[in-house]
Amino acid sequence: MNNRLDVEIVTRPHVENFIDWSEDKPEVLVLSADLTNSCEVGKWRDTYPERFFSMGMAEQNMLSFAAGLAREGFEPWLHTFAVFLYRRPLDQLQMSVAYPNLKVRLVGFLPGITTPGGVTHQAIDDVAVMRAIPNMTILETGDATEVESVLDVAHSIDGPVYIRMLRGEVPRLFPREEPFAFDRARILNVGGEDVGSPTDVVVLTSGILTEEAIRAIPALEASGVSVTHLHMSTLKPFTDPTVLTALTSARSAIVTMENHLTTGGLGSAVAEVMAENSISAPLHRIGLRDTYAHGASQSYLLGEYHLDAMALVRTIEQVLGRDLDIDESDLAEVRVAAVHSSAKVEAL
Amino acid sequence: MTLYPAVMDLSPSDDAARIAQGIRRRVLAHVLANNGGYLSQACSSAELLAALYGQVLRLAPTDGALHPPAFESVPGPNAPRVSGGIFHGDPGPELDRLIISPAHYALVVYAALIEAGRLDEAALDQFNKDGSTVEMIGAEHSPGFETTTGSLAQALSTAGGIALGRRLKGESGRTFVFMSDGEFQEGQTWEAVQALAYYGLESVRVVVDVNRAQCDGPMDTVMTIEPLTTKLKAFGASAESVDGHDIASLNRALERPTGKPHFVLAYTDPVRGVPLMNNRRPVLHYVRFTSPEERKEYEDFYEQLLVNDSEVVG
Repeated sequence: MNNRLDVEIVTRPHVENFIDWSEDKPEVLVLSADLTNSCEVGKWRDTYPERFFSMGMAEQNMLSFAAGLAREGFEPWLHTFAVFLYRRPLDQLQMSVAYPNLKVRLVGFLPGITTPGGVTHQAIDDVAVMRAIPNMTILETGDATEVESVLDVAHSIDGPVYIRMLRGEVPRLFPREEPFAFDRARILNVGGEDVGSPTDVVVLTSGILTEEAIRAIPALEASGVSVTHLHMSTLKPFTDPTVLTALTSARSAIVTMENHLTTGGLGSAVAEVMAENSISAPLHRIGLRDTYAHGASQSYLLGEYHLDAMALVRTIEQVLGRDLDIDESDLAEVRVAAVHSSAKVEAL
Repeated sequence: MTLYPAVMDLSPSDDAARIAQGIRRRVLAHVLANNGGYLSQACSSAELLAALYGQVLRLAPTDGALHPPAFESVPGPNAPRVSGGIFHGDPGPELDRLIISPAHYALVVYAALIEAGRLDEAALDQFNKDGSTVEMIGAEHSPGFETTTGSLAQALSTAGGIALGRRLKGESGRTFVFMSDGEFQEGQTWEAVQALAYYGLESVRVVVDVNRAQCDGPMDTVMTIEPLTTKLKAFGASAESVDGHDIASLNRALERPTGKPHFVLAYTDPVRGVPLMNNRRPVLHYVRFTSPEERKEYEDFYEQLLVNDSEVVG
């Protein structure tokens, strides 16, 4: 069939959107740690210079400094690569920000294997770490609409919020008029009448891997496999009743796909819901399996670590115990973003 | 018992000196009653906290000596933060703030608040008791504490954020920070100093108890931090060292306008006023009596202290 996935590609959705959004919110400040243009807030800095604070390459200080600003009634939005928000300054994040439940917004770029920057730049354990922090809310963007509308969701939360943010060339998978909804799954496909109707497989995905699942699901259905597909953009809390309804409907298997370790992230969150509700279907978690990644392109790493559309097909074949006779040509066409895309200020 | 603490020489008419004297007396009494405590921190920092609460800080009065509230909840959704800052009076744009960094000085801070008339003296009966906010390691619900800083070296950064926030709001009050010298071993402290200097936060005034003693023993056997004044100046702050038991010098140094974030390095004696502790060197961080004889020595010393106090005051 080889359909082309017909989606709009939005270039740097955060840049203008965040500037417009901030205009009537004088309490919103931006703190940056020498990655200002890399995190798409260079123009924001030039638009609101009195609200932008360069903190240098000193993330521990930045986290605790942000706490002080939040205590004075400001809403600091920290922009840096995700790894530098929770690995190096974890104690400051926990003690200065999370314990007092302060309204600090942690905008983490380069989630998982979205960067060829290698192990030092790839946040593959951030969701696991953040899920273990009381008071923390975790949001993950999966497309341009979510990049744009996650701001309102984060702004509304009375406590610290961590955002897995996308940048550069971002597909618009979801209509603009269906913005990010807090703790609500997006129902992207139903295998029966509705989300609770019996279906062969229930697939839950997050972030960039939702696009991979969207590529595979038409081919699976054409092969006679019914699939209910939920996109999860709120990872903590994880209490949308739709999730339980969907999980209960799985006849053969439940599959999760995440741009993260299979430990501690979406797959673990789903496993917890299943265990607490005596859901006995087998669970298959697609993600990085107890391994670091390395420096290479996103599409290369998706293939190498079996995180792509074909990995979902092969997992479901294994679950069902039969060959579905699907190959790459049956999947919607891969969208390959150039490593040296002009939408990014550097190749990272 | 013939060892008289030097602090006894200070004029009793001086309120700050009275506070310092009271801090040592209360902390020693508490250590005796509980067979342990952070006594050397009281010896080193008594004048420093006395200068702050007795002379330097511009704080609103409290409605008398307040009772510490019982512990309600950790902060979270539907559980608002409870601030120990209420013992510093209502905040105001022209008023000062005090952020306490070394949370293990809590007992000393509580004693200082009692002497300053801001905390009910019965509060010490709740020290380290289950369900109390008068915790052994102060957190932001504990009397005198605005932030949770038991993981050391975070308060200076947070105070920087508070000072920057206050400047953005046009407030003229100063933001004081009380630090211990061991915190200058932490990298975050230096990140904070460079940020304070970069943003010219001259409203930040830091006083450091340089007692040269830490958990493992004398600082020079653990990790040296000197030359501290030189380092701070090189990082763009102003810094001066003073005798940390000389209240007039502390007052002068803390009030001196410098146009930069300012560090007053108060060099102190960790056994000042309780010379018996010389017998415990080199490890002074926490006192727990090792024998009934040692305990008796401290009891005798305390009795003598009370006699001296009544003579001086009388």
